[in-house]
Amino acid sequence: MSTTPPPSTPTSAHSSWWLLLLLIPFVALLWVPFYNRLEPAIFGIPFFYWYQFAWVILTSLIIVLVDSRTRDADSSDRGGQP
Amino acid sequence: MNWTAITVFVLLFGLITVMGFVAAHWRRGDLTELHEWGLAGRRLGTVITWFLLGGDVYTAYTFIAVPALMFGAGAIGFFALPYTIIVYPLVFLILPRMWAVAHKHNYITAADFVRGRYGNRWLALAVAVTGIVATMPYIALQLLGLQVVIGAMGVGTGGGLAGDLPLIIAFVILAAFTYTSGLRAPAMIAVVKDTLIYITVLALVIVVPYQLGGYGNLFAAIPPEKLLLPTPGPGTLGQYSAYATLALGSAFALFLYPHTMTAVLSSTSAQVIRRNAAYLPAYSFLLGLLALSGFMALAVGVASMPEFAPQFELYKSNFAVPALILHSFPDWFAGVAFAAIGIGGLVPAAIMSIAASNLFTRNIYVPFINPSCAPAQETQNAKVVSLVVKVGALAFILFLPLQYAIQLQLLGGIWISQTIPAVIFGLYTRWFNPWALLIGWAAGLVIGTWMAGTTGFQSAVFPLAIDGLTIPGYAALYALAANIVLCILLSPIFNTARTTQGADETVASDYRFGLRSRQ
Repeated sequence: MSTTPPPSTPTSAHSSWWLLLLLIPFVALLWVPFYNRLEPAIFGIPFFYWYQFAWVILTSLIIVLVDSRTRDADSSDRGGQP
Repeated sequence: MNWTAITVFVLLFGLITVMGFVAAHWRRGDLTELHEWGLAGRRLGTVITWFLLGGDVYTAYTFIAVPALMFGAGAIGFFALPYTIIVYPLVFLILPRMWAVAHKHNYITAADFVRGRYGNRWLALAVAVTGIVATMPYIALQLLGLQVVIGAMGVGTGGGLAGDLPLIIAFVILAAFTYTSGLRAPAMIAVVKDTLIYITVLALVIVVPYQLGGYGNLFAAIPPEKLLLPTPGPGTLGQYSAYATLALGSAFALFLYPHTMTAVLSSTSAQVIRRNAAYLPAYSFLLGLLALSGFMALAVGVASMPEFAPQFELYKSNFAVPALILHSFPDWFAGVAFAAIGIGGLVPAAIMSIAASNLFTRNIYVPFINPSCAPAQETQNAKVVSLVVKVGALAFILFLPLQYAIQLQLLGGIWISQTIPAVIFGLYTRWFNPWALLIGWAAGLVIGTWMAGTTGFQSAVFPLAIDGLTIPGYAALYALAANIVLCILLSPIFNTARTTQGADETVASDYRFGLRSRQ
């Protein structure tokens, strides 16, 4: 891999749009006034707590999605190489 | 003395001691080479990397300090959860690049990369020294976790050298297996540690709310001023900006800690790191639950129970979770839980001491002291340094007031963040000039230390006042902002003199990571 020059990657610009999804957890968790509240509570757990717990799972799902999308793009790059 | 708990604790400690020595034979490699001893031969797959990175981030100190903060200060302590969530998109984006270039050029530390990228050994030295200095108090605080659980079993609360003996024994064990097995030891033990911790936390979040009559009762028992962040008054962003900047700044700092880099570089491929970014949030969930155990301790009211008064006197709110465990579980299970926390201190302490000794050997000893050092000698040196680092940490916790370790750890987070421009920006661009980066780093250190100093080194949150609006925020981020501005302003000036730029031994393709295969 070190000896061949990096091939031009026409699809990488397209696939990199998926990376923007990774910004969502930052917005959702760093804008504190949005979730610093008690209601709606679930099973007596205030919103402040269950909302942030929910983002653990959502962030994980986003990363799985972005990984699968950008990985496919990478492998199709390789398929296109002579 | 709680003999049942002590017996279980000692048995589990014996088990991991054996594992630590057996680990030397696991995926056997030539342990006289530094990348074999210090990075386990870069052969760790997804599962072990998951445990190892988990062992790095979620340490004994975390398990004691995060619930203690919730117990003492309330909702602000919960910033640990958003911090350990937003760190993973960053891991996913940034660290595979670091892995790729490190694998290509056999870099073992972040400072190795900086030296190769910028051809400037002083900048590499700055990164290495910052890493070592930030790591030392962190290791010392792992011992604090161990000390608190030993104290919880009624051992060593009398003080004196006899009281410190269990801690010394635990550390001799740690030092011995790290010396012989290198990174393979904590990698193997991390599996046991995390299993025990998962069991403990699951038991806590099921048993205690059950005893209290449900989660509704648990939260209802928390004083309102601790349940949410207080709404900021006029002219200030109050705890809102503090909460957000602590989460963001801690997430950035985590990358730069040498032990994170060690765990990342020991993995077998870039894809292992990407996959781990998706799976590691499972630990964040655990950490969030653990933070809530601080509230459980409040709701149960352990602080006012007379049987825990002497330990609260000694360990303050750090005793909240051990007290909760003693109050809620039978003695044998308390032994399991305390072993989980104690081993949870040994694993990161081992990784940290290996990371610090890699840095010292690679970036201080060889380039500045003994340039003609042979590889086997380099490894031997790193093994000895890992012992010195641990003895230093032990002396720290035994002979200095605990407050010093906590304050230094707080400063360490601020200091380590100042290496972000050199290390992380360097992965993407060579535009920055190494001397500009060095000046930015120094300015960041001074500003961050001064900001923490204005609070008497009690808090990392600095009330920045801009145009009548006070924005309390994490000093590491403010200092980093000044650092980055300086790097941007000074780089074009220095770059006009070509001799200051330094040679770059990496090329663009070194940073690409093939995600399908790497055979």
